[in-house]
This record gives sequence, structure tokens and C-alpha cells, in this order.
Amino acid sequence: MAMIDEPLYPIAVLIDELKNEDIQLRLNSIRRLSTIARALGEERTRKELIPFLSENNDDDDEVLLAMAEELGVFIPYVGGVQCANVLLPPLETLCTVEETCVREKAVESLCRIGAQMMEQDLVESFIPLVKRLAAGEWFTARVSSCGLFRIAYPSAPEALKTELRAIYSQLCQDDMPMVRRSAATNLGNFAATIEAPHLKVDIMSMFDDLTQDDQDSVRLLAVEGCAALGKLLEPQDCAAHILPVIVNFSQDKSWRVRYMVANQLYEVCEAVGPEPTRLDLVPAYVCLLRDNEAEVRIAAAGKVTKFCRILNPELAIQHILPCVKELSTDSSQHVRSALASVIMGMAPVLGKDATIEQLLPIFLSLLKDEFPDVRLNIISKLDQVNQVIGIDLLSQSLLPAIVELAEDRHWRVRLAIIEYIPLLASQLGVGFFDDKLGALCMQWLKDKVYSIRDAAANNVKRLAEEFGPDWAMQHIVPQVLDMINNPHYLHRMTILHSISLLAPVMGSDITCSKLLPVVINASKDRVPNMKFNVAKVLQSLIPIVDQSVVEKKIRPCLVELSEDPDVDVRFFASQALESSNQVMMS
Amino acid sequence: MNGGDEVAAAPAGPPQSLDWKFSQVFGERTAGEEVQEVDIISAIEFDKTGDHLATGDRGGRVVLFERTDTKDHGVPRRDLERMEYPIGRHPEFRYKTEFQSHEPEFDYLKSLEIEEKINKIRWCQTANGALFLLSTNDKTIKFWKVQEKKVKKISDMNLDPSKAVGNGSIASSSTPKLCLANGGSPDRSYNYLGNDFSFPPGGLPSLRLPVVTSQETNLVARCRRVYAHAHDYHINSVSNNSDGETFISADDLRINLWNLEISNQSFNIVDVKPANMEDLTEVITSAEFHPTHCNTLAYSSSKGSIRVIDLRQSALCDSHAKLFEEPEAPGSRSFFTEIIASISDIKFARDGRYILSRDYMTLKLWDINMDSGPVATFQVHEYLRPKLCDLYENDSIFDKFECCLSGDGLRVATGSYSNLFRVFGCAPGSTEATTLEASKNPMRRQVQTPSRPSRSLSSITRVVRRGAENPGVDANGNAFDFTTKLLHLAWHPTENSIACAAANSLYMYYA
Repeated sequence: MAMIDEPLYPIAVLIDELKNEDIQLRLNSIRRLSTIARALGEERTRKELIPFLSENNDDDDEVLLAMAEELGVFIPYVGGVQCANVLLPPLETLCTVEETCVREKAVESLCRIGAQMMEQDLVESFIPLVKRLAAGEWFTARVSSCGLFRIAYPSAPEALKTELRAIYSQLCQDDMPMVRRSAATNLGNFAATIEAPHLKVDIMSMFDDLTQDDQDSVRLLAVEGCAALGKLLEPQDCAAHILPVIVNFSQDKSWRVRYMVANQLYEVCEAVGPEPTRLDLVPAYVCLLRDNEAEVRIAAAGKVTKFCRILNPELAIQHILPCVKELSTDSSQHVRSALASVIMGMAPVLGKDATIEQLLPIFLSLLKDEFPDVRLNIISKLDQVNQVIGIDLLSQSLLPAIVELAEDRHWRVRLAIIEYIPLLASQLGVGFFDDKLGALCMQWLKDKVYSIRDAAANNVKRLAEEFGPDWAMQHIVPQVLDMINNPHYLHRMTILHSISLLAPVMGSDITCSKLLPVVINASKDRVPNMKFNVAKVLQSLIPIVDQSVVEKKIRPCLVELSEDPDVDVRFFASQALESSNQVMMS
Repeated sequence: MNGGDEVAAAPAGPPQSLDWKFSQVFGERTAGEEVQEVDIISAIEFDKTGDHLATGDRGGRVVLFERTDTKDHGVPRRDLERMEYPIGRHPEFRYKTEFQSHEPEFDYLKSLEIEEKINKIRWCQTANGALFLLSTNDKTIKFWKVQEKKVKKISDMNLDPSKAVGNGSIASSSTPKLCLANGGSPDRSYNYLGNDFSFPPGGLPSLRLPVVTSQETNLVARCRRVYAHAHDYHINSVSNNSDGETFISADDLRINLWNLEISNQSFNIVDVKPANMEDLTEVITSAEFHPTHCNTLAYSSSKGSIRVIDLRQSALCDSHAKLFEEPEAPGSRSFFTEIIASISDIKFARDGRYILSRDYMTLKLWDINMDSGPVATFQVHEYLRPKLCDLYENDSIFDKFECCLSGDGLRVATGSYSNLFRVFGCAPGSTEATTLEASKNPMRRQVQTPSRPSRSLSSITRVVRRGAENPGVDANGNAFDFTTKLLHLAWHPTENSIACAAANSLYMYYA
């Protein structure tokens, strides 16, 4: 048995654990592969470690995944770029395993290495690797090969380029749908490396194959690539080749294909230019907005603003707006919700007049929607409409909507509206807020649900930040401090929490004069939880207030708490005392 | 390659009846041996090539068999076919491996016991020589990978392995703790290495990599994914899609669509649960994807109808594209009509044109292009019709018999009681209707049954039905045995070979 010098023990263990029974230890070793490589030196890494890893291909997926990742950054450890090709064999085997995430990582690492390799090495070792994988017996290898063409192609000599294109075309017609899906997914990034003349001929014919595939899942991915492919082509070629396909797809039998089109359409518009958009794509989009399948309408509705931004306002008003009106009363709440989340963005696109005339009624009807998500989505984008028409026109309808959401029986809805209160406050202004919303904010501090009370405390702080300490002194602080006498200790705790949040915003003076006495008072509470929270809050106040105040008020209180019968109270009190000592020292 | 193909190629006349012979039995019972409940086979499935066969049992185990006659002869298959090989050449299987797929569980929220019984097995696409299959019990579907793995035998360690073995698996990591001045966990020692230790440029020659010496392999089954918590009711079917990435699982009221790689979410595509459970009149009994059209699936119901749905039409397929049901014959209604109409299993033929369904009394073959009625109906055990009352009382009437089609689509088969199963020819003009017994002498039954004149039942039947056979008395004059039922069977995808389960025994026949 080899005897290892003591300083080498850790590295020796690391190496041995590459083959340990315990997967966690193997993973650990693989994660430190670079250390092992450095210990072995470049030459032995090339000659021993890499071949060793190549054989290690029936390990657990987690280990293989880690190995695929480590090998991607391994060039420095094998002797630099000129030796990069020794890394290809282990990654090639990893490209053939059954687990998708391992293969994807191996492809990613291969691409990363290939991008750094010298042209000659690419031709001599990388391209043959791609060809081997593309001709692999199992579909797993062929699936992986599709992602490597974009690296292999640019440095290939002319004859080889022709061959690579032919191989890719074969992959697009593979027997296994998995391979065709991979070919469809990678078509866009492969096409980006191909010269314009071949693009129009070879790539377009592959694209045609994929768009006519029997399997919906392949066609779906072909649609997804449409926009990327379209951007590579000249606008007129795009209009000639991509446009008919996408218009066809927008009427596909399969709702999932139409759903994809609805998601992609605005990007295709950008690629083809305004005229074909007006003639062909606007009608297609209108059809999608009126699709039978709710999922398609959801996707289409969600893109309505992006689509309108590409069009000129007249087209949008003439064609899209009528559909938007219909969608605002759609039978599916999810469609209305998707619409509500983007419709506010249409205001800047349409301009003030059209917004007031046409959009405002839609906003108002969505604000009265029976489904809380719809209302929330409108409220969350309020700032966008404010820029165009001002909030006044909306405010009358806004208030009932907010109040209703604030009292919704689902706490998640209440939580969502609380999060928007600072936004609303800034949009609506102090006056409106004082009249209508102030009471609501106080009410949330007494909510049954902890998350709401917690969010309400945060909200109080954010309001103080928004409107300043003077306003807060008048409108928030007294009300909050009043509640410290609430009979329920959990509510008293919420107030303590609010105080600790408010203190930094309010500044030293107000904290000392108003907040601190309340906290000190609370240290006499009969509930231990209150007392140790007092200790925590006091600790948080130490950096805010004056040194003398710490000495005179905070420390005596903490000293008292540190002799409390309750162990937790003593713990937090002594912790706070310790931190006050540290502050004094520094 | 087999009789069916040859006859199909010849335009004249229907194919002839097959002469079935016993091939193999696994887990045969010796006389008087009692069958253990957990050993009873509950699922049988051939893979796509027919080179593998899987069975599941009530004890939650999955047993795999592999074909030996194609692989192990040493002579390439093509040569074999050219040779005048004995006629006896037929699929032969041997035990490959087995694993525990499901364990009994308890749902604490609902106070429900979840049985480990395997309800269905489906083979998935093989990759890299590893086998993949889905197995399901009432609630949870699992994705299994069965693969040869190298048996690790490591030598040439840097540290003394005997010490490591003595201290268990974590020993090797505890060793450096003793040696490092600053002690601490192994992680810290690595960090110390990474940050402070500088290696000589040529590396450290005394370090060596472990060497794997053993070349032995063994089969390992590993559960790759668990698809759980998606079914409120009992799962009755799983079925793979032809796209190779999705599958469905069906319970009494819902069908869910999964991606094989994603186990934490599924999409509900069919939901027949009424708003008020008191309005429930019909449940889903079986579901299967079309063999080649990725967007088509069929499901059967307890009311005897088959619905074909098109996944392209909408996200939630509440409305069917096609409905197949046989109108009730006027006047023939009885208390049992609805119960026996319930379809226990459906199967697509390999080309996807036909659907075979099994209800309690019959097998029906449907043309997917003709929804007015079945193209053929086969009586499985018509002699039981007068006994429906007894069958109801001992609950046998709720037995769920499976059915299968031959790879060429010319024959269909299904099980019955007394360990019998029946094979019918469904090519036009065929009169083939064979009864076989799951025993070493499958034809015993047919040879010895004299045809009796008492065929009064045929007068009730509306359409011309074939296969009505002698009433329920076997050759020895014993009454038919309702406890020995042959529920599960599968037809080899390319050859005329049937695997069927009689309690805990797996019988294989060929023709």
C-alpha cells in the first residue's frame, strides 16, 4: 500500500473518494476535480485523470451532472487550449447518457470548450465527434449532436460544411421524435452560423420539414424558432418564407401550436416589417384573440400591449381595440386577468384621447371584475395610466375596488393589495390617501393572519418613507402606538415590530420622545414573548438613538429583563446588552 | 414470419385457426400448493420489440423476462431464418430480474390504506441498452430504469483501504481529520488545500488514481421518478404517447397528462366528476393513447361507451371527438344490463384503426371510422348468462378482464373463468374461436368438450355472434370455478405468442 506524506492526506482522500460508495463523497470529490488535477499535474491529468473519468460513465446522475459541469472549465488544468481536445472523449460519453439534464450540461460544456479550441483541432477532433454523435445508435447521442453544430460549422472547410448541413437535415427527419424536437430547438442557433445563400435553401427546407411534422410537439418547437429564424433573413425573404408558415400555424388544429403562435407573433412582426404585418399578421392576431380555446386567448391577451407597440395607433384602435373590449368580458377569468395585467400599458401607445374614450371604460369594468386577480392586476400597473391621463378620472372607481380587495376573505388577495398601497399612495397623493386609505392601513395591523399583519407593519414603514416623518407623526404614529394596549399579545407584538421598522425612518428625536417610552413600557408586559421582543427591538434601536439615551433608558430596562424568570427573555436581553457594550466600545 | 402474416398476404379466404401449443410456465403451482395472495399476477406487458416481458403482482413486485431464442443461439438471426430450423422455434423467455416497485402505504390524511398491488405496467423507449418502464398502483406511478451496472471493485487506493473498510463508508473522510493540524471537517481541509496549498508544476508523483478492477456487471433497477399526489381515485390505466415524452394516467373520474421528465406537475385533460357526487352515473374504466397519433386518446366507461378525444381541440377535453357505443337492444334490459355493459379494458390495434373493448360478456372490435356500432362482437362465455345472478352475489360480475390483439390485428384474445382464455379470428370471414386453458395442455378443454344441442341463448342475440359454447361444466363434470379467473394476458407484438396469468403462474403459448 502506498504511503502518503502527511500533507498530501487530504488530496489523497479526495482522489480515493472519486470511487467511494457514498454518493455525497463522490460528488464532493468531483466538485473538487480542479484541485485533483492540479495535484496530479497537467500531464498526468491528460494521461490518467481524463481517461479515468471517461470510464466513469455509469455513475449516478448527480455525479455525472457535476462532472459534465466541471469539465466545461477544465482547459487550464490539462495544459491550455492546445490540449483542449483531450476533454472531448469524457464529454462525448456524457452526451449519450439517458438523463436529459446531464446531456444538456455536457453539450453546454462541449460548446464552451469548442468555442475556445483552435480551428485545426476543431476540424480534427470536434467535428468528427459531432458526426459520431449524429450517427449514434441511440437517440440520446443524436439528440445531443443537434446542439453542437453551431460550434462545429463555422470552422469547417467547404466540403465538410455541405456534409454537416446534410447531416442536420437528416436529424430533422429522424425516426425518433426526441431527435426531431432537439433539431427544431437548435435550428435557430445553427442557422445563425450559416451563410445567407444556404440559409434560404437548406435551412428553409429543414424548417419546412419540421413545420409539417406529424408530432405536435415538434411543430410547436418549430413555431418557437420562427421568430429567431425570421430575424436572420432579409425582411422580404422572411415575408416570403416565414410569414405563410406562421399564418398557417395561427389556424393550426392544435391549440398548443396556436398558443405558441400567440406568444411569438409580435416578434415575427418585428422581423417582417410593417406592411406584411398590417396585411397578414394583424388579421391572424385578431383570430387568436378570438380563439375558441381559453389558453390561446390568455397567451394572445398577454401580448396585446407588445403587439400594439409595433403597430401604429390607428391600426391598433381599428383592429385590436374591439377585441380587447370583448376580452374584458371574456368568460374565462384567466383571460381577463392576463388582459388586466397588460392593458394599462396600452395607454401610452394609444395616446390620451383614445385612452379616455376607449380604454377607460375597459379599465373601469375590469376594476369591478368579480375575480380579485383581475382587479389586482389593474391596480398594480396604475402608474402607467397615470402618466397619460392622470389618476383623477380613475380615482372614483378605484376606491371601491381597493376597499373590496382590502377586505377580501382570501388573505393572499389582501396581502397583494397591501403590497400595492405605497404605489397607490404615491400615485393618488396625500390628500386622497388621508381620506380614504389611512384607516385601512391601521385595520390590517389587526388582521387575523400573521402574514397580513407583517406586511401591514412593512407598509406603515413604506408610507412613512413616502410621505415623510412629519406626515407620519400626524397620521400614523399616534394610531399605531394606541394599539400597544390591544388585549391580544400577538397584536401588541405587531406594534412592536412596526416600531422597530418605523424608528430608522422617523429619526432619533421622534424615536426617543415617542417610540422608546412605548417600548420601555412594554417591557412590563405579562407575556414573555412580548418581553423578549422588547429586548430585540431595543437592540435594534441602539444604533439610532443617542449614547446618553442608551445609558439612561435602554440599558436599565435591559438589565432588568436580563434578570427575568423566563430563560428566553434573559437570553435576548443579555444579547442586546452585549451589543450595546460593543457600540459603546467602538 | 408467422402463420398470420402469410395468410394475410394471401387474398383468398380467411386465415386458418391457429394450433396453440404450450411453450413455458413460470411459477407453476405444484398440486395442493396454496397460492400466496401477494404472488398473484396483476399486470402483464410485452415491450415494443417483444424481446422483454414484464409482470407485476399484488405484492408490488415487477418481474422482467427476456427473450432467449433470438439472442443466445450464437448464430445471427438471418442465418437462422435461412436454415431449415425446427418448426418448434418460438419465443422463449427467461427470468431476467425483479424489483420491488411499490410498498404498502398509509394515507394519514384520508385514513386510507394504499395497496402495493401493481395495476399496470407500460414499457417506455429504451436508451443506451437500459430498459425503462412505468408501473403504477392505485395512487402512485413510478418510472423505472433497469440497467447493467459494473460491480465496483476498487484497488490501488492512496490510503489503506482496510482501515477505511473497518470504519465504514465515512472512514476515509475521517482519516484526514487526525492528520491535519487544524482538524475540522473534510470540507475545511479541502478548502485549506484549495487556497493555501501550492502544487509543484509537475504534480505530485506519489498520488495515484483508484483503479476499477472488476469487470462483472449486475442488473440494477432504479426508480428515476415518482409521479404522486395527482389522483384522488384509483388509477386504472397508464399509457405512453407516441411522442416519447408524455404519458397519461387515468383514474375513475379524471385523466392526467404528464411529461416523463417532470414529476411535480401534471395537466388534467379529462374530468368527468360531476359537481354533485350524487349525480355520478359513469366512471372511466380504462384509457389508452393512439399508437401513432400523438393527439388522439380513447377512454372507456362503466356505461359501455368508448370516447375518442383529440388533444388538439382544447386544453380540457370535456367534449369528445367521437363516441362509440352500442344501442341497447329493446326488450333485453334486465337488472344486470348496466353492470355487464361496463368496459373493463380497451386496446388500440397496432395500426390505430381498430379499438378492441372487453365488457363482462363480450369482446367488441370497433372501427375508429365507424361509430354506429362494433364491426364484430365475440361472445366470451355466453353460457354464464343464466348465472348472472350468482355471479352478482359473489361479486364476480365486477371482475375486470383484459383483452389483447395480435400484432397483425387478425386475432383477439381475452380471459374467462376456470383459467380459460379465448382466441377469436377477426379477419373478415374468419370463424376462428378457440378456447384454451392456462395449463400445460392448453387444448385439453376443446378436445374433450362435446358439442351440445342446448344453444337456446343464441336466439336472444341480435346480430350474428360467434363463439357461443358449451355451458359451464368442464370435462370432468365439475361446475366452472369462479375463483380461478384469467384476468391478465398479453399478445406478443410480432409473433403469435400469448402470455397469460393464472393466479401466480405465468403461462406462455405459441402457434
